Amino acid sequence: MTNRSPISPAINPVEENRQGTIGKALDRVDGALKVTGRAKYSYEYRGVKDTTYGFIVGATIGKGRISAIDTSRALAAPRVLAVLTYQNAPKQAPLHPREPGANRYDRSEPFLFSADVRYFGEPVALVVAETFEAARHAAGLVSVRYVSDEQAQFDLRANQSRAYKPKGVNAGMKTDTSEGDFDAAFGSAPVKIDVSYYLPYEHNMPMEPHAAQAVWEDDRLTVYSGQQISATAQSTLAKTLQIPVENVRVVTPFVGGGFGSKVPVHAQAVLAALGAKAVRRPVKVAQTRPQMFANTNHRPECLQRMRLGASKDGILTAIAHDVWTQTTPFDEFIEQTAAFSRVLYAAPNRLHRHWGVILDLPTSDIMRAPGEEPGSVAQECAMDELAVALDMDPIELRIKNEPQDDPETHLPFSSRSLVECYREGAQRFGWSNRPKRPGTLRDGRWLVGYGAASAMFPTLMRPSAASVRLSADGTAVVQTDMTDIGTGSYTVLTQVAAESLGLPANKVTVQLGDTRLPKSAGSGGSFGAASSGSAVLLACEDARSRIAQLVANDRRSPLAGADVNTIALRDGSVVAGEKSESLQAVLSRLAPSGIEGKGEHEGAEKQPKYSSHVFGAQFAEVGVDIDTGEIRVRRMLGVFGSGRILNAKTARSQLIGGMIMGIGAGLTEESVVDLRDGSYVNHDLAEYHVPVNADTPRIEAICLDEKEPYANPLGIKGLGEVGIVGVAAALANAVYNATGVRVREFPITLDKVLGGLPEATAT
Amino acid sequence: MIPFTYERATDANDAAKAASQPGARFIAGGTNLLDLMKLEIEKPAHLVDITRLPLREVEITNGAVRIGSQVPNSELAAHPLIRERYPVLSRALLAGASGQLRNKASTGGNLLQRTRCYYFYDTSKACNKREPGSGCAALQGFNRIHAILGASDSCIAVHPSDMAVALTALEASIETVLPDGSTRTLPIGELYRLPGDTPHIETNLRPGELITAVVLPAPPAGNQTYRKVRDRASYAFALVSVAAIVRVEAGRVRDARIALGGVAHKPWRALDAENALRGKPASMESFVNAAQAALAPAKSHGGNDFKIPLAQRVLTRTLADVAGTEAAA
Ligand SMILES: Cc1cc2nc3c(=O)[nH]c(=O)nc-3n(C[C@H](O)[C@H](O)[C@H](O)COP(=O)(O)OP(=O)(O)OC[C@H]3O[C@@H](n4cnc5c(N)ncnc54)[C@H](O)[C@@H]3O)c2cc1C
Ligand code: SF4
Repeated sequence: MTNRSPISPAINPVEENRQGTIGKALDRVDGALKVTGRAKYSYEYRGVKDTTYGFIVGATIGKGRISAIDTSRALAAPRVLAVLTYQNAPKQAPLHPREPGANRYDRSEPFLFSADVRYFGEPVALVVAETFEAARHAAGLVSVRYVSDEQAQFDLRANQSRAYKPKGVNAGMKTDTSEGDFDAAFGSAPVKIDVSYYLPYEHNMPMEPHAAQAVWEDDRLTVYSGQQISATAQSTLAKTLQIPVENVRVVTPFVGGGFGSKVPVHAQAVLAALGAKAVRRPVKVAQTRPQMFANTNHRPECLQRMRLGASKDGILTAIAHDVWTQTTPFDEFIEQTAAFSRVLYAAPNRLHRHWGVILDLPTSDIMRAPGEEPGSVAQECAMDELAVALDMDPIELRIKNEPQDDPETHLPFSSRSLVECYREGAQRFGWSNRPKRPGTLRDGRWLVGYGAASAMFPTLMRPSAASVRLSADGTAVVQTDMTDIGTGSYTVLTQVAAESLGLPANKVTVQLGDTRLPKSAGSGGSFGAASSGSAVLLACEDARSRIAQLVANDRRSPLAGADVNTIALRDGSVVAGEKSESLQAVLSRLAPSGIEGKGEHEGAEKQPKYSSHVFGAQFAEVGVDIDTGEIRVRRMLGVFGSGRILNAKTARSQLIGGMIMGIGAGLTEESVVDLRDGSYVNHDLAEYHVPVNADTPRIEAICLDEKEPYANPLGIKGLGEVGIVGVAAALANAVYNATGVRVREFPITLDKVLGGLPEATAT
Repeated sequence: MIPFTYERATDANDAAKAASQPGARFIAGGTNLLDLMKLEIEKPAHLVDITRLPLREVEITNGAVRIGSQVPNSELAAHPLIRERYPVLSRALLAGASGQLRNKASTGGNLLQRTRCYYFYDTSKACNKREPGSGCAALQGFNRIHAILGASDSCIAVHPSDMAVALTALEASIETVLPDGSTRTLPIGELYRLPGDTPHIETNLRPGELITAVVLPAPPAGNQTYRKVRDRASYAFALVSVAAIVRVEAGRVRDARIALGGVAHKPWRALDAENALRGKPASMESFVNAAQAALAPAKSHGGNDFKIPLAQRVLTRTLADVAGTEAAA
């Protein structure tokens, strides 16, 4: 095959899948540990010595300076050991530059380093005490006086006119791209859509709060912290604390969700390290839920203008996607929101542009499907609006505009099944029952509507390494510093190794989440399984070839003299053609202390020959209460073309998890900024509404049988993020179909449709 | 949390006496009090745990039902007497919080839970309820969930309880024990106060006064219902809720009891709507008029403007539903 993944090994057991381990709905191998409470999360380590507790004091102004700070009452409180402020905190490296370098998660992240306050809730002190309660109480006794900066800005719309052009946007993408002549094509297009959408701040809010424990032994630091990427956490801590990277160990075997927010190193980890240094005892720091709103990740607020020009029969001639997004004076993060529309539909004249709007708020950062999720809202709602203008079925409109190649790079797609996803989904969902005119389908007091939207996420692969040790007893241990943030990494890596080594899954143990293990790309960008899985595959291949060498050169073996490239590991045996010998026998004789295989790759090619993405189609049916405007999802279906599926169960969980999070983006989640001081008003889970069980009725996710020959040797595409993409748009389109009310401000809460509903007296 | 002492009460009189000491508070399920203590919004020096008091019975005497103040919300909602005779109460309870919370939450504690105003929960913000005289951050701030009826310039918070709205429509009364050992009974309408310029004083209970029971008079004739409008399908406080008991005879509304939740500093008895309805034909026009009468004095504050039309619409519809389908048609 010409387009086979360039790093594929000679024998690819995942492709062959002789045992059938790949794709199987294997239960999570760490499931029992989790449900019995034996899986230890970072805050649960008892610590080696006499652990102490740190509690963060957050700034209560939006921007300004600390003019006086009095820690005497806190220090005098019972069991308090220390209070750190910018005046006495151990020395750290200066703050990273504003513009992100090659890797924005591998840079100095100091705290308590200056009297300046950059955002509401920024840590201004850390109280360390012998108990959590004592630390928390004393935190309230730290008295801080501020001089507020009256020029502080918190309002995106009010500052839109001051927007600037960043040099680049997140994930190394270009700020602006264009092709053809948009203005001319749009000007002369017979059918036009020119609409703007507003998306609010959203917070990742994983169930496990951001928590860390730091332990110093001389000049060596161990940090237990829920992190998505072990190695960059290690490097960030070393850079911040100005110690050699090898002196830092990060331990993160279990992570209670992240959605991107545990890719960076946040305040709790750095402050735990500083606190532990100051009191010479281990320190644990956990952020409270309200503190997480200021001091972990959020998706930035944004305004998007979408212009579509089309011929009368629905062929797109012009696409422009303009995005204004929040960023800060001290850290530039520009979500790549206009990147979605670069890949979806063909059109000869295109414009995709980003602007940053500097506001004095905490820095925005990645949240599940950064760029694709918000970008899909504008593109996919606008497509629905265009379909209405054309009086055309919105799915047919999309199919009509299916591109021949990647509309941006003009590279061929390595695989793309968007049309098939729509066709299959429409069939299963009963799309033909969708009311052609909005507001015409009723179920009792519910107005019912259908909506659809496209999903997309790039398929990435990053450098990763792994090792595998095969013991003479026929068991294997796989090691990599990859993380499992609830996604199922332990399980799918077990499957890859088991299939590659010809062993049952229960003979394979996977160890993750420790910087002492071979370095991986970690969890992020949906590249985790592809990156670490490929490294595990290569490590197993290395082990296989070592074993092959041994038996080929051993006259006692029935495989003596066989071609090493044809010797495979299967069903607990070493085999070549008809000949075979049990693996245990081979190892006990030739390698009694076991065999170690190492695998490493450099990630995706620098100059790819193909454009690789997961595509999918989202379908939603909503009910809108005709009296109250309450919007409830009745059912959803997502159909995806995502290459090979490693585990049917964990894949489905990732997809429906993403879809549920998409319900939040569409209908419930919004972090409201108090425009007077830049604080998040609804900063707890009672008032920041994530969907609960009752909001998530029948949700199905289906993966088509798709071949991805190129992106990586596993033939997979990554499923962690694509599930959320397009959901908010599908819901908005369904709300329109139900009510005839087009809401362009998200989330779509009942107050936004109420005015467009029939009179209360309507029957 | 500030350090505090703790005792477990075994006798209601002793509990009331102990709680009348300065800084002392009752704790029942703790589902509201503990959250507030962690945030140091409540700072009791001494806790009197009343969960073991023998106040866990639901009993019927002379047609009235007496509910001990320690009956958990989940048990009360599931009680056959309540489900049969007071469905409005059962429904209101089940519309509140989550299964876990309802297992812990007590009848007395539910009545006295404090507002969910965001600014009340944030000690960095001005709040007259938390710190009298400091101002009200909600007035000019984000006030989507705030009051449209009976508010003042000092406070526009709402009472969050669903149960209390149903009890208001049922004209329940509250039995208490005072620190001196005496007892009294307050109609629920006299338990709560409007904010006025003392929003920090929320009830007419005296220091140490212990709620021992809630008494429901025999259920009024008519259909009962509870309708809660919220931002997600479960586990969210009411934006607006309606408890309605309506009796229709020969096409006319003989009697109506209406209480609204999520709109005021206390469960809001909509007497104007009841009066507008009584004796009128059970027709859409009457329901619209009643809803208009209920909301006539409403005033909104920007973020909660939508609550006025929303309350009007949901009240109209709920009346139509509870009055029976033939009337609604
Ligand atoms: C996330 C969340 C969501 C919720 N959603 C809802 C909802 O949708 N609807 C709803 O109605 N409620 C909701 N609740 C609130 C819940 O119903 C209350 O927290 C609960 O009813 C309080 O009961 P408790 O026994 O735990 O009270 P406690 O927390 O123990 O006490 C509350 C207050 O009452 C006082 N007190 C308690 N018992 C007595 C007594 N017998 N006599 C005198 N004083 C007493 C205490 O001193 C304290 O001040 C929610 C709560 C949470 C945390
Ligand atoms: S509405 Fe009441 S509770 Fe809320 S901030 Fe104002 S005074 Fe405080």
